[in-house]
Amino acid sequence: MNRPPLHFSPVQRWLHWSMAIALLAMLFIGVIMVSTLTQAHTTLIALHRPLGIVILALVLIRIIVRIGRGSPPLPDSVPPMQQTIAKASHLLLYALMLAMPLIGWAMVSAGGYPVTLFGAYHLPPLVSADARLFAVLRAMHTWLAFALFALVIGHLAAALMHGLIKRDGVFSSMARGHRR
Amino acid sequence: MTEPSSSDPRAICVPCRAAAIVAVVGLLAGGFAYAAGWLTPQRLSAHTVIDTFESNGGIHQGFRRNHAKGLCVDGYFESNGGASSRSKALVFAPGRTPVTGRFAIPGPNPTASDNSVPIRSMALMFTLADGQQWRTGMNTTPLFAVRTPDEFYAQLDASRPDPATGKPDPAKLQAFFAAHPDTQPFRDWVTGHPPSSSYANAAYYGINAFYFVDANGQRTAVRWSMQPELPFETVTDKEKGGANYLAGELYERLKQGPVRWHLVVSVADPGDPTDDATRQWPASRKQIDAGTLVLTRAASQDDGACRDVNFDPTILPAGIEPSGDPLLAARSAAYALSYKRRTREEALNGAPDAPQANTTQEARSR
Repeated sequence: MNRPPLHFSPVQRWLHWSMAIALLAMLFIGVIMVSTLTQAHTTLIALHRPLGIVILALVLIRIIVRIGRGSPPLPDSVPPMQQTIAKASHLLLYALMLAMPLIGWAMVSAGGYPVTLFGAYHLPPLVSADARLFAVLRAMHTWLAFALFALVIGHLAAALMHGLIKRDGVFSSMARGHRR
Repeated sequence: MTEPSSSDPRAICVPCRAAAIVAVVGLLAGGFAYAAGWLTPQRLSAHTVIDTFESNGGIHQGFRRNHAKGLCVDGYFESNGGASSRSKALVFAPGRTPVTGRFAIPGPNPTASDNSVPIRSMALMFTLADGQQWRTGMNTTPLFAVRTPDEFYAQLDASRPDPATGKPDPAKLQAFFAAHPDTQPFRDWVTGHPPSSSYANAAYYGINAFYFVDANGQRTAVRWSMQPELPFETVTDKEKGGANYLAGELYERLKQGPVRWHLVVSVADPGDPTDDATRQWPASRKQIDAGTLVLTRAASQDDGACRDVNFDPTILPAGIEPSGDPLLAARSAAYALSYKRRTREEALNGAPDAPQANTTQEARSR
């Protein structure tokens, strides 16, 4: 008999934790680089774009893996309402992880800037230069970044709740593999 | 209630675990708020600087927060290959690179008189064949008044218009200059160099140092300037009467034909400062003529190609790198915020039922 897995696969766990680090780093890099006047501004901008493209590549792989392998079901002890909230918040997380790098890429393109990654290597523009479109995408990039940060915080708080207080296996499904 | 038992971790102080969760979440959220600068509004940031420009000069919707008055130009750069041994940037290989540029005068007021300041500026964007760009913003002064963003802000603060007179308080400015002797070379230069009669007969200097990087990774500290082919002339009394003679003169001149400058690269000697824009390098330093800038057309900044360009001096092609000059990063950050605000105003003003800007003329301009 095939029973649903209790844990995410090693690939899924690797993707999850490396993206967790990359996303948090990215959110912090983002808010610092737009305010600071120090040399960190230049350094962080140079880091922000290639890291964004790495996140875009990782989330695409992650979506494919997730569709292919699915996820362990939440235990029955989690009430239906919470199950729905959990599903919706995960869907939103995926949507934002995918949208943020694409909006950033389009925004830089709309501003007429070269989409520089490193050295002479740059990406083609995603849209043509248009200041009004830039303005809209620039605002979206900021507000969705705050929304993503809020979701990440909520996700972390819920995971810790499961791991430290409920201890129902939800946290360990991502924290470790099968070990009996 | 569960009976306490050391073998059952579930029983170990649930409030402590809950507190740990709150602590983790609070630290992360607090760290984010701190990183964003929300907990330290007095810390010098791009917002502090741009807000001060706005409070000093008023908000002129859709315009640059500084160097607000200007016009667009187009042309090309004809490289002679002279700098190609120092920098691998495609722009220095022999051949032509299209250029979009902008002439302007400093200050936040797009309707200021051309005589309000003795300085003019030239900003250029070179679009390289492979899609890389080189953007540079230059002034007719070969050096800057201050060395760091903090000093720049102190100067901006000292220049705040006095509500009573609408002009900066001379005593405050004097106090600032006295406290910042590094501003002396700049002030001496301005006193000794009257303003040009035209945008076209002035030399423009990329105030900050940069590095050229050659194909082998060898780095050379450089500064660059655009030296006009036209002989320098000072403003005449007749021109002083007109508030907009600079733009008018350039339109007229370009009807007669293109205007040219030579891109001259100064190479630092070891020990020359690369992080101090208040100090010039000696004139005896090696000079490389890298080619000719040829400007062929001018257009209003309302609809010219430069309208939506942020001339961020840290947008550089491979082969040119920023130096450690602290003003470079600060300019980049402040220009980005100015660009964000004016494009946003433009997007909002462009919407059907958007509120009008202060004056109809301003609402239409960018």
